Amino acid sequence: MLIGAVATTATAAAPSVASAQTPRAATAAKPAAASKVSFTVNGQVRSLDVDTRTTLLDALREHLHLSGTKKGCDHGQCGACTVIVDGRRINACLTLAVMHEGDRITTIEGLGTSVNLHPMQAAFIKHDGYQCGYCTPGQICSAVAVLDEVNAGIPSHVSTDLLSSPEATAAELRERMSGNICRCGAYSNIIDAMTEVAGRKV
Amino acid sequence: MKSFTYERANSPAEAAAAVARVSGAKFIAGGTNLLDLMKLEIETPTHLIDINGLALDKIETTPEGGLRIGALVRNTDLAANQRVRRDYGLLSRALLAGASGQLRNKATTAGNLLQRTRCPYFYDTNQPCNKRKPGSGCAAIGGFSRSHAVMGVSDACIASHPSDMAVAMLVLEAEVETVKPDGSKRSIPIAELHRLPGDTPQTETTLMPGELIVAVTLPKPIGGKHIYHKVRDRASYAFALISVGAIVQQDGTGRVALGGVAHKPWRIEAAEAELPNGAKAVTAKLLAGAKTTHQNAFKVSLVERTLAAVLDEARN
Repeated sequence: MLIGAVATTATAAAPSVASAQTPRAATAAKPAAASKVSFTVNGQVRSLDVDTRTTLLDALREHLHLSGTKKGCDHGQCGACTVIVDGRRINACLTLAVMHEGDRITTIEGLGTSVNLHPMQAAFIKHDGYQCGYCTPGQICSAVAVLDEVNAGIPSHVSTDLLSSPEATAAELRERMSGNICRCGAYSNIIDAMTEVAGRKV
Repeated sequence: MKSFTYERANSPAEAAAAVARVSGAKFIAGGTNLLDLMKLEIETPTHLIDINGLALDKIETTPEGGLRIGALVRNTDLAANQRVRRDYGLLSRALLAGASGQLRNKATTAGNLLQRTRCPYFYDTNQPCNKRKPGSGCAAIGGFSRSHAVMGVSDACIASHPSDMAVAMLVLEAEVETVKPDGSKRSIPIAELHRLPGDTPQTETTLMPGELIVAVTLPKPIGGKHIYHKVRDRASYAFALISVGAIVQQDGTGRVALGGVAHKPWRIEAAEAELPNGAKAVTAKLLAGAKTTHQNAFKVSLVERTLAAVLDEARN
């Protein structure tokens, strides 16, 4: 019933609970392998019926048609799917849509628009922080959250002193952005863009 | 990904009972490791019990002056906690050396302890792996084994444990609090949580089916210099080839544990008596009887050199 609606899970083998692996689990599995979930995306409340297997990434792209968030590796290794949930950046590919009941989700579409750019989007353009652009929405969502993390005083692997407040130095930004891969190699320009938004000298 | 049903748990005891009752059921918390493995059909739960609503996300001071860390405290929050940074710096350092910012925002304390090996043959479902498919053999033995264990290995498995945090928890002598399916509670010293592979590498911990970790407790702080050195193939966002976690006191005594060398975080208390005698003496005891492959034999000298750097940093 719902399977066909989700292109990326439609290829998975088991169409219903009846084919679950053990008879015991099938008996226990009362609600079908589908679920309702409701969360706020870019300020709008969205309610969905999803196969339980639907990741937050697939819910955004395939159900809500917010295709700004990109699917790269689909295994949490590349960061292209980075979105901000309740103020924190996460990999949308490694979390289930049904686990986000009531959450506030911000995607690249919610950060800014072509006529009203978020300062990080404007800085990426100014500093040429992309080439093919595929990783860019994830880079920008991550970059915005990284500056919030620095401002919140969260230390990193390269912070020399755990007890003092970190600063948005190039070394700090590079370490904190290591979960976002750019195969075009725009890294140094991304750091310049972030540095400018952080209010430091590029 | 195989189909599964989903429910949100209402209490730890209820969640534990449900996992024990329903064949093929699993807990899900952060999900960063489990969902990765489910996509590859290495994990195929038929039912997921979401424990994120169980309010196990507090960090509290214990009456003994230690810390009680809820099982669902996210890696970011644990690393950034002021008391952890001040009194258990080793734990902050180990957490910050692992994964990426996005993953640390989601990954939980208990999930980090229970994450599964990154052995490439465990991940490749076309290869034999006794951990993934008991009795099928081990492709890592005689295969690409650069990242694999050198201590406590067996003929069935040479996988290493991937966690940085667990190395720090072992040095800090943490205790793991659990709830069993019958609702009873117990406390497991961290050193007794993870198992060596033996003939049953698929059984990675001493937890019983359905047993749920609800908290990790740290004893009161012991002072000293807290140092975590991780050696890996790139500067960030990679698993350890080896890591050294240490607390070194002013008189040169201390504690040390290793990551990346065994199926569990590795500590030999007898080795710690050698700390004042330097890295070579400690390593000789820590890695006595190491069983290396031609690809991972470098780990023995890498441990010694990394430990020498740690002891040097502790003195200065």
